[in-house]
Amino acid sequence: MIGGLFIYNHKGEVLISRVYRDDIGRNAVDAFRVNVIHARQQVRSPVTNIARTSFFHIKRSNIWLAAVTKQNVNAAMVFEFLYKMCDVMTAYFGKISEENIKNNFVLIYELLDEILDFGYPQNSETGALKTFITQQGIKGQVRTKEEQSQITSQVTGQIGWRREGIKYRRNELFLDVLESVNLLMSPQGQVLSAHVSGRVVMKSYLSGMPECKFGMNDKIVIDKQGKGGTTDDSGKSELGGSGKQSIAIDDCTFHQCVRLSKFDSERSISFIPPDGEYELMRYRTTKDIILPFRVIPLVREVGRTKLEVKVVIKSNFKPSLLAQKIEVRIPTPLNTSGVQVICMKGKAKYKASENAIVWKIKRMAGMKESQISAEIELLPTNDKKKWARPPISMNFEVPFAPSGLKVRYLKVFESKLNYSDHDVIKWVRYIGRSGIYETRC
Amino acid sequence: MEWASQLCENRGLGSKMTDSKYFTTTKKGEIFELKAELNSDKKEKKKEAVKKVIASMTVGKDVSALFPDVVNCMQTDNLELKKLVYLYLMNYAKSQPDMAIMAVNTFVKDCEDPNPLIRALAVRTMGCIRVDKITEYLCEPLRKCLKDEDPYVRKTAAVCVAKLHDINAQLVEDQGFLDTLKDLISDSNPMVVANAVAALSEIAESHPNSNLLDLNPQTINKLLTALNECTEWGQIFILDCLANYTPRDDRESQSICERVTPRLSHANSAVVLSAVKVLMKFMEMLPKDLDYYGTLLKKLAPPLVTLLSAEPELQYVALRNINLIVQKRPEILKHEMKVFFVKYNDPIYVKLEKLDIMIRLASQANIAQVLAELKEYATEVDVDFVRKAVRAIGRCAIKVEQSAERCVSTLLDLIQTKVNYVVQEAIVVIKDIFRKYPNKYESVIATLCENLDSLDEPEARAAMIWIVGEYAERIDNADELLESFLEGFHDESTQVQLQLLTAIVKLFLKKPTETQELVQQVLSLATQDSDNPDLRDRGYIYWRLLSTDPVAAKEVVLAEKPLISEETDLIEPTLLEELICHIGTLASVYHKPPSAFVEGSRGVQHKRLPARTGSGEGAESPDVGQSGPSEAPPAVIPSQGDLLGDLLNLDLAPPTATVPSVQPSMQMGAMDLLGGGLDSLLGGDIGGSPSMGAGLGAAPAAMPAALGGAPAVGGGLGDLFDLGGGVGMPTGSYVAPKTVWLPAMKAKGLEISGTFARRGGIIQMDMSLNNKAMSVMTDFAIQFNRNSFGLAPAGPLQVLTPLSPNQTIDVSLPLSVNGPVMKMEPLNNLQVAVKNNIDVFYFSCQYPLSLLFVEDGKMERQVFLATWKDIPNDNEAQFQIKDIHLNSDAASNKLQGSNIFTIAKRTVEGQDMLYQSVKLTNGIWILAEMRIQTGNPNYTLSIKCRAPEVAQFVYQCYELVLKN
Repeated sequence: MIGGLFIYNHKGEVLISRVYRDDIGRNAVDAFRVNVIHARQQVRSPVTNIARTSFFHIKRSNIWLAAVTKQNVNAAMVFEFLYKMCDVMTAYFGKISEENIKNNFVLIYELLDEILDFGYPQNSETGALKTFITQQGIKGQVRTKEEQSQITSQVTGQIGWRREGIKYRRNELFLDVLESVNLLMSPQGQVLSAHVSGRVVMKSYLSGMPECKFGMNDKIVIDKQGKGGTTDDSGKSELGGSGKQSIAIDDCTFHQCVRLSKFDSERSISFIPPDGEYELMRYRTTKDIILPFRVIPLVREVGRTKLEVKVVIKSNFKPSLLAQKIEVRIPTPLNTSGVQVICMKGKAKYKASENAIVWKIKRMAGMKESQISAEIELLPTNDKKKWARPPISMNFEVPFAPSGLKVRYLKVFESKLNYSDHDVIKWVRYIGRSGIYETRC
Repeated sequence: MEWASQLCENRGLGSKMTDSKYFTTTKKGEIFELKAELNSDKKEKKKEAVKKVIASMTVGKDVSALFPDVVNCMQTDNLELKKLVYLYLMNYAKSQPDMAIMAVNTFVKDCEDPNPLIRALAVRTMGCIRVDKITEYLCEPLRKCLKDEDPYVRKTAAVCVAKLHDINAQLVEDQGFLDTLKDLISDSNPMVVANAVAALSEIAESHPNSNLLDLNPQTINKLLTALNECTEWGQIFILDCLANYTPRDDRESQSICERVTPRLSHANSAVVLSAVKVLMKFMEMLPKDLDYYGTLLKKLAPPLVTLLSAEPELQYVALRNINLIVQKRPEILKHEMKVFFVKYNDPIYVKLEKLDIMIRLASQANIAQVLAELKEYATEVDVDFVRKAVRAIGRCAIKVEQSAERCVSTLLDLIQTKVNYVVQEAIVVIKDIFRKYPNKYESVIATLCENLDSLDEPEARAAMIWIVGEYAERIDNADELLESFLEGFHDESTQVQLQLLTAIVKLFLKKPTETQELVQQVLSLATQDSDNPDLRDRGYIYWRLLSTDPVAAKEVVLAEKPLISEETDLIEPTLLEELICHIGTLASVYHKPPSAFVEGSRGVQHKRLPARTGSGEGAESPDVGQSGPSEAPPAVIPSQGDLLGDLLNLDLAPPTATVPSVQPSMQMGAMDLLGGGLDSLLGGDIGGSPSMGAGLGAAPAAMPAALGGAPAVGGGLGDLFDLGGGVGMPTGSYVAPKTVWLPAMKAKGLEISGTFARRGGIIQMDMSLNNKAMSVMTDFAIQFNRNSFGLAPAGPLQVLTPLSPNQTIDVSLPLSVNGPVMKMEPLNNLQVAVKNNIDVFYFSCQYPLSLLFVEDGKMERQVFLATWKDIPNDNEAQFQIKDIHLNSDAASNKLQGSNIFTIAKRTVEGQDMLYQSVKLTNGIWILAEMRIQTGNPNYTLSIKCRAPEVAQFVYQCYELVLKN
């Protein structure tokens, strides 16, 4: 298991050091600094073995978090734990920065003591932790016995993510369907790979221990219902009629509150939600994705010292919808000496430090197109190596789900309290963002 | 969106940010000040002081001096302060064990606290204090806590047992904690179960043979129930534990799989990977024709793909595991090629792994796409990645035959870019393509040759040389190309040297007429001027092969090579099986078994996949074994070195087999020769004979010039020499005919036969050197091993002319007796080393002892009598010399010719008694009495000597002399 956990600043100074196992010595702290943080070369692996000691590290802004072990630990678990650790810290004191860590080091030690015992991760749900790890330690003794046992049963219980006795005057919930659409397109406009990775984020402000059921236009569920029972050929007949209404989900994962066995057997998503904001599910689709933008590049080398670039973008969605925060990034060679840009819409600038022309458009409606052309002057070099031509990348935000996912319902049942599903105010919103959205040129 | 304001609900932001100040105090006298503050009456001040202490501890300052003061703060109601003190204790208790006892009371008291959080804190901390005295006190509280009414305390106590076991395993067993821990598996609280499982698994690891976990269907059922209810971490502990279980039959296996599959939808990647591990392992037991087997295979793909949308570090772990899974069960992800396409912004470690998996998944169906991608990658920035991409193109060509042509043309395009490392990498893979598809793409060789000068990496140079050697007959200037490499032979890496040697030998066998010089040159560079034993050995082997049997050489060196097959870098199957059992763990990331990186007993245990057992239906299916066509393990391409190694071991087996069969008599001396002897032969010891030294030194330079010239002259000179030797020979001394001492087989074509003679007081070694090899031999030299009588060459071996093939030269080497002495077995054994431009050869021969009989060996009669009496009778040896038809005088004369002197003759009763004396070069006297009965052809010889071991050899001389 995890033998120790260190947090360093960008200079490699230790901010937090907690050793859980006897086989990890103080020299491990230095070994990581010397071999990884101060290493001359770029880090080639997030797992490093130095003198039979393995170091797992992640970076958040310029803070290094490293877990150390001498055993054959579950590597996936160690990274998941490090991410979780970051989540917990962020929930407690905001951004992970050197200043915040120094300001909260006592709290961090306290957290580390609680969520990692002898290197074994324990309950790390912020909701539960916040009930008994606070910065006002004195509170601990004011508690009544009932409160204490309520805390422990929550921390260890089946529903470790929610405490009992939550009350809201107004029962309300918010569902955000956040999708990032990823694309890799060839210069000729052929889709090399495309997928949507989506998340359903829920904010729940519900009283008691509500039982929830979430439904979406999952093809498997729709097909089942449409035919009243499944037969093999149902898929085909469905496609012709209402194919657009359901989507094929390649895979999905759920927050630990969701009863996985129920999903596995009935494909229904039922759960008792944590209080506040959390990620209910993640999913991935690859079929019938709406690609909101199409990028058409044209790069021409004029002699050895000049490049002509023309890029056209086309928006491909309902004209009534507006895309926002559109940014097209056109890479330029390292030996660029000057750039002239003309664009029809928005603003474009050559950023020498980033080796790219950045073209920004605030808003753009569907079914429109816009164009940028640029002349790039190059310094003559004797460098034999050809310019690698990185792909043109794009950022944007659209008010719909490119996968076509639709929330069909979210039902809330709380039998012990006197509110029903109809009393709950529900909000749903769809946001589609660009993930890695690249067109080769 | 009106609720957006609720988004930032960060509690921490509101609280005061002051703790960072503790990191800044660095002034002197700090410890003293802290001491005062720690002993302050004010609670706040105390707490501040402890915080400062912890901050100092974090940055690595030694604050152990404050131990008593900090421990004094332990008795407090303030939970935060208490935790800080505990943190300090865990760090320093070991360095101050005596004082740590002070804390025990507080711990014991806290374990009784009504607040479960305090009880748990106490037991948790106590377990972290690794001081023997404290652990004694820990037992009772721990026992209580394991049975605490509060699950939070129990789950903490469960882990504490593992802590205690780490400190004192015996104590844990004696106190019966293991049984209590086992009971906790049936606990009502899922988290207690999970922690108990984790603790037991860890303890079991250090007792590989104990049946500690005792997994049976009942406990498995309990675990599976807890699996649905516990935290994500607990699920990981339980799944990892389940993976160690071996189901009784395929039905149980299936039912476990069914209950584990829902975990594949968990948001936590580690849960997913651990579930995959259980499924991959238990699937082994399912019959392949089972519907469920196919369902399960289908269910595995999506979660694996989903892992790729996790954070990059987790992607890396996932990819390393997918790499294993794809090797074990390629069918799972065969349609998912696209998800492994590299994204421009992926971290390099993700890119490299994706590339690896892409090649493993490449098939005829998707090869076009893959190639297009690879070509794209080959123009990226990161050198390692580009190299790997180029290499991947080659691997595609080998894997998918239909794509080979396209791959080759892609590689040629890449070579045209002239980017140095791309060109080199491309040449390396083209070599592999040639090995897979011989005689198919050699049209590209010309292009490759154009880039010869830009190759500066050993692997690329070696590959190019291999290509030139392999296709030498089609490359007009192959000899020039190879010769250009030869110039800097000694600066090349071993890999290149070996390849060059082989390539030139190939070239020679293909074009013997023009390249004799070149092959000579490389063989001598490899055998004489190299310190590398591999290179020398290979040089010798080729040389011997070429010199003994050129036809065989051709068969061996130019033999048809086995084609390399489709997959490279496959993990060896047993290791792969073990790694599959370790999915998700570090072992699967490193692709090494745990024993390779874990110290001590943990992880040494090798895990295996279960065998398919089958109950009922399962056993009926015909392909119950693991020999499905898709699973036949593809052969692995050996690396360059291996292939050459095979060439040596396999192809050359017949010639090498003769090497160990050196004459047994030689062995003892041979060791010595190889030790000091060889060095002295080649270097220093030659000091006494300047001409020889000079000859040796000048040899390599002079050799090529001397090659063509003088065979005819040499032969004549040799004959003349022989004649000259014969002239001075005094009559009477017997010289045995020459026998073969060194057969050509053992000396790369050099045959040496010879004999010994003593002529006019000079000992001579007469030898005939016969060149049965194909190449000219020069630079002869000779040396003896130490021997019984100190025989040594009195001068250099005079072979003035090079010895051409099929020529024989007779030489006569004068010997002295002033050399170093070592008793040999047999006594007259002589071990000889002969060197020429090819090699050093060893042989041994036996000389007649008469060689050492000196001319002034006639003893005074009086002395003879006295000596005879003086030598004890035990030293007398009697021999029979049969079938001699000589009278005593004739015999006496004959013997005198060999320096056996008759001192006196007595005739008693028709029996002639000859008394004779012999003196050896080293001053040993031998006295003999020979009785000759007239009419009886059998002589009786009695020999008396102070060194009785010579008697035998003296007798042999008598017999030889008298019979010839």
